[in-house]
Amino acid sequence: MSTIFGISTPALFGQILIGLINGSFYAMLSLGLAVIFGLLRVINFAHGAQYMLGAFAAYLLLNYLGIGYWPALILAPLIVGAIAVVIERTMLSRLYGVDPLYGLLLTFGLALILEGAFRYWFGAAGQPYAAPPQLTGAVNLGFMFMPIYRGWVVIASLFICLGTWLLIEKTRLGAYLRAATENATLVQAFGVNVPLLLTLTYGLGAALAALAGVLAAPIYQVSPLMGTNLIIIVFAVVVVGGMGSILGAIVTGYMLGVLEGLTKVFYPEASSIVIFVIMAIVLLVRPAGLFGREE
Amino acid sequence: MAVGTQYLAEQPKLRTSSMVLGVIAIAALLAAPFFFYPVMLMSVLCFALFACAFNLLIGYVGLLSFGHAAFFGGAAYVTAHAAKVWGLEPLTSILLGVAGAAVMGLIIGFVAIRRQGIYFAMITLALSQMFAFICLQVPFTHGEDGIQGVPRGYLLGFIDLNQPLTMYYVTLAIFLFGFFAIWRIVNSPFGNILKAIRENERRAVSLGYRVDRYKLGAFVMSAALAGLAGGTKAIVFQFATLTDVQWQMSGEVILMTLLGGIGTMIGPIVGAGLVIALQNYLAASDFPVTVLIGIIFVICVLLFRRGIVGEILELMRRKTKGAS
Repeated sequence: MSTIFGISTPALFGQILIGLINGSFYAMLSLGLAVIFGLLRVINFAHGAQYMLGAFAAYLLLNYLGIGYWPALILAPLIVGAIAVVIERTMLSRLYGVDPLYGLLLTFGLALILEGAFRYWFGAAGQPYAAPPQLTGAVNLGFMFMPIYRGWVVIASLFICLGTWLLIEKTRLGAYLRAATENATLVQAFGVNVPLLLTLTYGLGAALAALAGVLAAPIYQVSPLMGTNLIIIVFAVVVVGGMGSILGAIVTGYMLGVLEGLTKVFYPEASSIVIFVIMAIVLLVRPAGLFGREE
Repeated sequence: MAVGTQYLAEQPKLRTSSMVLGVIAIAALLAAPFFFYPVMLMSVLCFALFACAFNLLIGYVGLLSFGHAAFFGGAAYVTAHAAKVWGLEPLTSILLGVAGAAVMGLIIGFVAIRRQGIYFAMITLALSQMFAFICLQVPFTHGEDGIQGVPRGYLLGFIDLNQPLTMYYVTLAIFLFGFFAIWRIVNSPFGNILKAIRENERRAVSLGYRVDRYKLGAFVMSAALAGLAGGTKAIVFQFATLTDVQWQMSGEVILMTLLGGIGTMIGPIVGAGLVIALQNYLAASDFPVTVLIGIIFVICVLLFRRGIVGEILELMRRKTKGAS
């Protein structure tokens, strides 16, 4: 068995893979946060709860309606996106004129409601959700065994991130979105329905979180608290990357996930705090974030 | 987050009436343990002081800290450790807790004030979460168990704090000291500069103020006062656990302040009283507290952003305007 720096190669690559998977979720979630923040100027604290809702939607679809993983991958984001649209229309849209901190507090309250309600119904313990039969098992990559589902998550998340990036950078809708981010009043004067754009953006961001939730369900257990603990780390990721750039959010997500995985190999005690330490260092050296612009 | 703050000092009529109200309130607090359960009153006092300390930052500097649990809970750990393991006198233990919270405030504040607004909230949240992870791992906090069975001891060596009434009056004295300190800070020249920064940071910079130093100063004071609340809580309830350092606690103190009225002196006290009373009331039923806290958050943000006290002050201001 070969070793690198005294660590066996399979263990090292195993942790890098775990890091890549965590990084996939950081990337998908910070991407959604960045898209929402870019246009709505709201930090969506409920993003973690929406991720949890996505996982629970998949779990409930399977256990109550017998709908499996693949349809859930489409249905769960649609359901959560629809709920988010209602939230935006009835509540968030009332806060656009006031200090953005109120948006944070509102979504924090929503996160508490969702989390508390699911905890009340399902308990704090996690519920198992099996990976689809097509994706079970493992492949031998020569240097390590990789569970197929984990490989799928990394690839799927790369495609999701790429797809969202293309949607925003290369389509007409994305162009409206970017224009409205720069100057909403002017874009509205050109006849674009900006309120609709805001609603759609929030729905899209929440749907992305729900999609990440469905992908996460077979890896982590489906539990009411899965979102909030993750979202605080994602906040740190977002601060490191700076919210100015979509690509920045994605790259930072994967990078910090892998760094966290490597820390688990070399200094496991620090693995839960390494991202926060990096955030503090970045703030001291480059307060706007790695990819951010000074405002 | 400037919430139509009306300063009582600007209106002489209100000033005398608020003095009268203050005297009545202190008299009521002195008599309260004969009518209510002292433990619950002490809980309210500790959290009210915590909320006032938090309000110093959001109400008068406009910085929303989402990580104040770190100072509250951190001080509770230091105080509990000092009183139990080192066997120190309770007041000394609490002061050590305050010092610990101030040092943490200096470190966290130094990093966090580099960004404003929403980033500030996220950074303080992330750093306090980091602190919570550290608390989970280091041996002196005893992980999930926390530090249990902290002795109340003898204040200054001779006042027995195991008497509930004595403990109550000591807690009340600490609370009044903290409240007075905040009142002095807010109404000092230093406090005026803080308000100027809240209203228009760029103008404050152009007037030659070193805004970052003022912000950091306010952050450390707020952290130290939150530590005073946390340390006192550790002596009163005789334990310090992870609950005190977690983000839910930071959320609770935000809710208390928001519900009572951000930027008002007594709002956070009202908010703390209401939230603690609600939690006690709900503890007997099976309704999940988190859901209710979330609902109050949503209602406050959507319907009365000034908070209960803030809305009352606003009504009074409108009335006096209409009369003159």
